[in-house]
Amino acid sequence: MKPPAFDYLRAESVSDVLEGLAQQGGDARVLAGGQSLMAMLNMRLAKPKLLIDIMRLKELRKIERQKDAVVIGAGVRQADLLAWPDLAEALPLVALALPWVGHVQTRSRGTICGSLAHADPSAEMPLTLVALGGEVLLRSAKRRRRVAAKDFFAGMMLTARSDDELIEGISLPVTRGSRFAFREVARRHGDFAIVACAAMKIPTGVRLAVGGVADVPTARDWPRLEGTALDDALNAFAYELGARDDVHATARYRRDLVRMIGRDLIGEVLQ
Amino acid sequence: MSRLKADQRHAVRFSLNGKPVEGEAEPRMLLSDFLRHQLGATGTHVGCEHGVCGACTIVVDGMLTRSCLTLAAQVDGCELKTVEGLAPSADRLGVLQQAFRRNHALQCGFCTAGILMSLDHYLAKNSAPTEAEIRDLLSGHICRCTGYTPIIQAALEAAAQLASSKKETSDA
Amino acid sequence: MVQAAVQSANSVDQGGDRPWVGRSIERIEDAALLSGRGRFIDDLGVLPGTLHATILRSPHAHADIVSIDTEAAKRLPGVAAVLTGEDVKAVTTTLVVGVKAPVECWPIAIDRVRYVGEPVAVVVATDRARAEDAAELINVEYRPRGAVVDPLGAIAPGAPVLHDGFPGNLASERAFRYGDSEKAFAEAPHRFSIDIRYPRNSCTPIETYGVVASHDAGEDAYEVLANFQGPFSIHTVIARALKVPGNRLRLRTPPDSGGSFGVKQGVFPYIVLIAAAARVTGKPVKWIEDRLEHLTASVSATNRATTLSAAVAADGKILALDWDQVEDCGAHLRAPEPATLYRMHGNLTGAYDIRHVKIRNRVVVTNKTPTGLNRGFGGPQVYFALERLVQRIAIGLGLDPLDVIKRNLIDAGAFPYRTATGALLDSGNYQGAVARAVEQGRLAELKAKRDEARAQGRLYGIGFTAVVEPSVSNMGYITTVLTAAERRKAGPKNGAQATATVGLDPVGSVTVHVASVPQGQGHRTVLSQVVADVFGLQPRDIRVNTEIDTAKDAWSIASGNYASRFAAAVAGTAKIAAQRVAGRLARIAAGQLNVEAADIVFAKGFVASKHNPENRIAFARVAALSHWSPGSLPDDAGQTIRETVFWTPPELTPPDEDDRINSSLCHGFIFDFCGVEIDRTTLETRIDRYVTMHDCGTILHPGMVNGQIRGGFAQALGAALYEEYAYADDGSFLTGTLADYLLPTTTEVPEPEIIHMETPSPFTPLGAKGVGEGNCMSTPVCLANAVADALGVADITLPLVPARLAELVRGAEPPPPAGGATAAPVREGDRRLRGEGEASVKGAPEQVWAMLLDPATLQSVIPGCQSVDKITDTHFRADVTLGIGPVSGRYRADVELFDLDPPRAVTLRGGATGALGFGNAEGRITLAPDGSGGTKLTYSYDAAIGGKVASIGGRLLDGATRVIIGQFFTALARKAGGGGAEGGGFSLFAVLAKIASLFGGRR
Repeated sequence: MKPPAFDYLRAESVSDVLEGLAQQGGDARVLAGGQSLMAMLNMRLAKPKLLIDIMRLKELRKIERQKDAVVIGAGVRQADLLAWPDLAEALPLVALALPWVGHVQTRSRGTICGSLAHADPSAEMPLTLVALGGEVLLRSAKRRRRVAAKDFFAGMMLTARSDDELIEGISLPVTRGSRFAFREVARRHGDFAIVACAAMKIPTGVRLAVGGVADVPTARDWPRLEGTALDDALNAFAYELGARDDVHATARYRRDLVRMIGRDLIGEVLQ
Repeated sequence: MSRLKADQRHAVRFSLNGKPVEGEAEPRMLLSDFLRHQLGATGTHVGCEHGVCGACTIVVDGMLTRSCLTLAAQVDGCELKTVEGLAPSADRLGVLQQAFRRNHALQCGFCTAGILMSLDHYLAKNSAPTEAEIRDLLSGHICRCTGYTPIIQAALEAAAQLASSKKETSDA
Repeated sequence: MVQAAVQSANSVDQGGDRPWVGRSIERIEDAALLSGRGRFIDDLGVLPGTLHATILRSPHAHADIVSIDTEAAKRLPGVAAVLTGEDVKAVTTTLVVGVKAPVECWPIAIDRVRYVGEPVAVVVATDRARAEDAAELINVEYRPRGAVVDPLGAIAPGAPVLHDGFPGNLASERAFRYGDSEKAFAEAPHRFSIDIRYPRNSCTPIETYGVVASHDAGEDAYEVLANFQGPFSIHTVIARALKVPGNRLRLRTPPDSGGSFGVKQGVFPYIVLIAAAARVTGKPVKWIEDRLEHLTASVSATNRATTLSAAVAADGKILALDWDQVEDCGAHLRAPEPATLYRMHGNLTGAYDIRHVKIRNRVVVTNKTPTGLNRGFGGPQVYFALERLVQRIAIGLGLDPLDVIKRNLIDAGAFPYRTATGALLDSGNYQGAVARAVEQGRLAELKAKRDEARAQGRLYGIGFTAVVEPSVSNMGYITTVLTAAERRKAGPKNGAQATATVGLDPVGSVTVHVASVPQGQGHRTVLSQVVADVFGLQPRDIRVNTEIDTAKDAWSIASGNYASRFAAAVAGTAKIAAQRVAGRLARIAAGQLNVEAADIVFAKGFVASKHNPENRIAFARVAALSHWSPGSLPDDAGQTIRETVFWTPPELTPPDEDDRINSSLCHGFIFDFCGVEIDRTTLETRIDRYVTMHDCGTILHPGMVNGQIRGGFAQALGAALYEEYAYADDGSFLTGTLADYLLPTTTEVPEPEIIHMETPSPFTPLGAKGVGEGNCMSTPVCLANAVADALGVADITLPLVPARLAELVRGAEPPPPAGGATAAPVREGDRRLRGEGEASVKGAPEQVWAMLLDPATLQSVIPGCQSVDKITDTHFRADVTLGIGPVSGRYRADVELFDLDPPRAVTLRGGATGALGFGNAEGRITLAPDGSGGTKLTYSYDAAIGGKVASIGGRLLDGATRVIIGQFFTALARKAGGGGAEGGGFSLFAVLAKIASLFGGRR
């Protein structure tokens, strides 16, 4: 269980990274915290020819408070963001969800953007990005672009990132005056979610985002619903997500959780 | 920018428990293997090589780190702390280690190094942890022998002891 | 909470004048282990030039090996050798099989693979990474066979047969009859019956297997270092397989071993394999198993299908039991199997006085990893059935489950008690233990809590279990699988030789050596206590060595660390050895002190006169005399340099003519009860309180005894709630990482309340009994009983996965909204991916058809396509490198077209194999005019993936695969719409290769 052979490039500037990606394309992988990628390398699931280590780039390690958004650089570790003093005030949903990501020992190295790049539909950060309607900031040697969360995730482990693009950071909107709730069910503490739900109050009503069920985290907005109307909406949503069986849970159990937890969380944020 | 070639060995230098060390590694060599087989620091153990069991946990530049999910090349120039650096001297155990021994918080001892590193790192910053906090911290480790509770007890005892000795120091 | 409970039992006890045995002294093992100075197998240096092995394993559950091409692997720089089954066969012979049948059992596949993970080739290279590089270059062509994973399915007519020598997959069948159970059942007012499926799991030590082997061609002798744990009866199996006498297989163990729990017995086939590699290469070869190998293919506890029936009186008294056990040993019956099934043979009546027992035992093989030792060894499987049945009896008769337990317990005055099936229960007071546990464990309070919780509408339940925990196995119990006539022919097998050596060196310091091979159980500490007491020394004065070297040390087939034999057998044997030396020292000292030997006492480092303690001599002085001045010893004293004792208890007799077997020497008693609450939303089980009462005889070290109980409890909790080695119907292994095989962590394991009672065993030197395995037997069923009580359900299957409980307790699901999405029909164990879709394509069906069948554009349209061979017009082969996100692999795809109906429909069928696994798929594409000049393309597919990707990435890859199929057809349509000019276009083959590469068609 040793990684396949690859070249290793310790980038000293963002242009080093972009150049490497431009040259090597799909055969290059960006190494940030390594908490997903290194495991895949050890299992030889991934076989890049080049690893580009971005963790010495100070310019990517910034958490930047803008007017209505927070921009989180590619080198920001999950632990860095958890320790950011403004977190609870600026990004309350992230503050709720982030402690569910892995364990202390993996959050200390793992990055926010790395989790997004890996695009595990059960992971908490992709869910949070979708729930908040954030954007992914992509950059290649040729161009920069911003991709909305809902367009970024294309499927399990598949994203809209092109082979020559670096996820430079993400932008999460600061949603003032809203209320948030987050809940996750996993087999054990720290496991990938069987179902994770994030709810938030929005001007038109309520938004529920669900991870762990569909191939991508999925958000749905509703006007203020109550009683059987809410039950019906949640039931329809639960089916639409297309849950599947696996060794940890059945599709039906997942739908049950979407219905029950969804209702609880919506109740919490709308009360 | 330096691109290290896949099929060549490259010098890796860092500080291990306060002492400079040096060795050679191919880019793909894991830090856990480098520590164990290049430097002979075999106290760090390897249990799963996919980041779940926690046996290989060490501290790199103040960060808890799964050494099996880290390349040797990545830590060039960094400061590393491993289980070999915990005891105040070769024939004495530190407060945390003593608490482990007192509480029978280890049996086979294979997972212990990683657990000690997590606790050593955590207790340095959190002087009065609750049982729930220790449980949360250690949920990133797997121990198959002890059933965990003696480990938690040892951690809480060590925390109390460290806090009181710190208080004495500051009082003096 | 933890604090108080742990403290009381664990506080270290270092002072005072009391004997050392019975005190929780600090472990002498710990300083090194806490400082990173442990000496585990991979911590030890190897000889210069040692090579490293990796093992290529089968992705198929059942397949013929058509060919193995190792040329490319052998050419890779650094590779010393690649061994296939044939190469291993050339230098070894088959492992012996535990039943009489014409079957072979090799440590590597010969011509055929029978489980996912079975070794197919061994690559030996200068380092592990290079060996793995080479393994990926080996090209194995398989011809898949039907697989069977269910034990009852395996013996059903028409099931795929694994071994011709086991017709119908039945490796052994025996029927036993004790007393007159037919009469008891006929006359009893009630009959209760339960069907159990006990799952597969493993205690999974954190250190994996390790072997370093070398071969001396001159002497044809092997030297092996392995973290093997015993029993050393396996030494004979290994030596025989390597075709050398036992004295040419020197097997050593490293000083430390990172847990075993039985599991490291299973390293032995790899000892043969790596030793063979050492012989072939002429170099030392080292192999450290990795975690993926360990989970997939190391060893597993047996899974078992049991039907248990009881004849019961109106008051709950069980009059007779009828066991029907179908034991699943996986793909090969490896030594010492079917021992898991027979280890409990004497104890099939548990803690109960039941005189009539009927048993039918069948052992079957299935396409799963072979089984072996695992903590609890047969106990969890038996007690799950028995104790679930006791709860069912109570519910059926309207009685309290605890009353039914009490009604049936063996009477305290009946010991030693001979069970119907032959076990001699040494001692106990089960009623007293239950009473103490009920009181100290505050059962009344727990019941009040349950009432209160239920009144609030919460799901709360209480479970009970009573268990007899056997320890110190009779080496002859396994022969119960043979008939009495077969046993007579084979000669008697029985007993359990424990060994211990006590030595005194020229300065009078004491060394103890045993062959108990600890893996964390603190044997060195306990032996230092035992021997220190005999010599009147401090434990720190005693140096204990627990490494074993079969070339130099005293050992027997019973040596090793299993069946909880240390405290009862090994520690006692060390005491006897020390006492023998002490007896001689007393005679020597008596001469020097001018007193009778009977007046001599060993205390505080001196050998002294009891009557006149001032008349004394330093222990070391007396102890050294045998070295320095043997001539001055009294004639009858003998030497005092070294004493080796072999001890075997006379109670361990072979099975008698009527198949009664005293399968174990000692029998501890456990009574557990617990309260659990189940969350109404998540159906997660939370353990509110767990009380475990143990009577393991005399306690040698309270801290370590509690450590064994807590550790066993945590593993049992895992087995009850989280852990299962899961297989799909096709034999794919589904839990190949620690993210899928879920071990409990700190956030899942509470502190059990441990209560003790000490009824010494009359059969062991120290009165001690085993204690390490009991909770693995009692806890899974205790939790299951509590969950059954909470949910009011009868059928409980482990592990208690919340989604499974949902199936039991939740009614019909709310239907999907009309016209909305529906749930895909599912069948448990069926992992095939099915789907369908459609796309609109410009151009008439004829045009589209032509494009579909045009191989010319193939290479350009299949992503990552390296080469295409057209075998016939409808049969293609391609080399494809495919990626899903970061996951990429190279595959050989093979695609055929069937049922061509131009230009309307075609069926594609294909398979692909690569290092990441294999896939097969079948798809049907139909083309129809859309009425406006274009074509409506519809497709359906049925696909499956197996091998490594299924084991370690199934959760993600299934989903990713579905996405890619959908995207591919959409993209296809788009390209067709744009015409073929831009190098696009699409071909049927492109579709097919893509699907096949990912998964591909049923063969």
